[in-house]
Amino acid sequence: MIAVIDYGLGNLRSIAKALEEVGGNVLVTSDASQIQQADRVVLPGVGAFGDGMKNLRERNLIEILTQEVIQKKKPFLGICLGMQLIAKTSEEFGTYEGLGWIDAGVRRFAIDPHLKVPHVGWNAVRFIKEHPMLSGLPKEADFYFVHSYHLVSVNSDLVIGVCNYGGDFLACIAKDNMFATQFHPEKSQREGLNLLKNFLTWNP
Amino acid sequence: MLKKRIIPSLLLKDGRMVKSRQFGQYRDTGYPLTAARIYNAQRADELMVLDISASTEGRSTLFEVIEQIADECFMPLCVGGGIRTLEDIRQILKGGADKVSMCTAAVEEEGLIEKAAERFGSSTIVIAIDVKESDGRKEVYIRGGRTPTGKDPVEWAKSVEEKGAGEIYLMSIDRDGTMHGLDIPLIESVAHAVCIPVIAAGGVGHLEDFKKGFDAGASAVSAASIFHFTDQSVIKTRKYLVNNGVNVRP
Repeated sequence: MIAVIDYGLGNLRSIAKALEEVGGNVLVTSDASQIQQADRVVLPGVGAFGDGMKNLRERNLIEILTQEVIQKKKPFLGICLGMQLIAKTSEEFGTYEGLGWIDAGVRRFAIDPHLKVPHVGWNAVRFIKEHPMLSGLPKEADFYFVHSYHLVSVNSDLVIGVCNYGGDFLACIAKDNMFATQFHPEKSQREGLNLLKNFLTWNP
Repeated sequence: MLKKRIIPSLLLKDGRMVKSRQFGQYRDTGYPLTAARIYNAQRADELMVLDISASTEGRSTLFEVIEQIADECFMPLCVGGGIRTLEDIRQILKGGADKVSMCTAAVEEEGLIEKAAERFGSSTIVIAIDVKESDGRKEVYIRGGRTPTGKDPVEWAKSVEEKGAGEIYLMSIDRDGTMHGLDIPLIESVAHAVCIPVIAAGGVGHLEDFKKGFDAGASAVSAASIFHFTDQSVIKTRKYLVNNGVNVRP
């Protein structure tokens, strides 16, 4: 069973339906015992970083998530804000501390009058490393993005895919049992569903 | 590189899909889920769903329709019409929408855009700007094109950007449903005044209208009549744009 974490933010329904579409058994939950019973964990998210952390804290989810993902090493997929929340800090509407599972921060796209922010729409992701989550996907494919902030990291080992928007940024990262995308696989039609399908069988 | 987007729009009225002309003269165009399925199969880049139901019963069908569409179309979905509060936004997003579009409330409810952007993220908040021209002057209208606001479209666009809007859905009421082409000067003036993406709408009747909209600075072009009433499709539109050097998804 896949636990899609409900922390009051994000398009939970879309993610649940997309995972079901590719054959997943999904439970949208914020209940600790259900998360403990799950084999896999998805942290979705649309919204602001500060609210995201606040909501995780209020629902007592930080400890249980850290236990299941970091200690028990269950396969984890972070999507959009769910990718950003595993970083150490973010500067969206102030400075906030994240879950800190990976050595990364979150920054806004640079101010550039020629660059429309948020970065909304379909953009090409170049996968620069092989990964079981990318099985059957082309080396480069268009995915749907909608965000104003993105992950930054000095640790190049994390990088799986990059996207260019006024410069390259991290579109996709992986570390051990964690995989995270800035784009929305659940909204990216065929290629997105392929990626979600790979998550169902990924054994890190 | 970020692709230009083709966005079919669906207008809902009491659970049925309709198409307006200059915000009136509604024609029934069928069942919204069927249309959404087709647009999804044709790989539309996004769907815009606007509800103009007058009644509470009609309004409640909106949630069902959103859920039905979101449950089987794995593509971005923006929903607008009648959204006035943060709770409305939460409900719409919970139903499976990715973004919400607001028009009247953005003008009337002081502080709503700011609060919505902070709570849900700027990229979730689309502000629809409906524009009508009289005596050579363009003006922002609300309440389904019935109420003038005295606001200049460019100034209002800059203002909503500053308040935290993530995108602007720029609609020419005069062009809506006419298929006479987009209001290019309007698109140019707004797209060059703001840094957030502008979705141009109102008047697309031919494939070259999409290109003209993109050339004028739009990040996306939204259309309905051309898909309802002609034999053009999202597939043909995409092909035309690729052949004419516009950076869309292949």
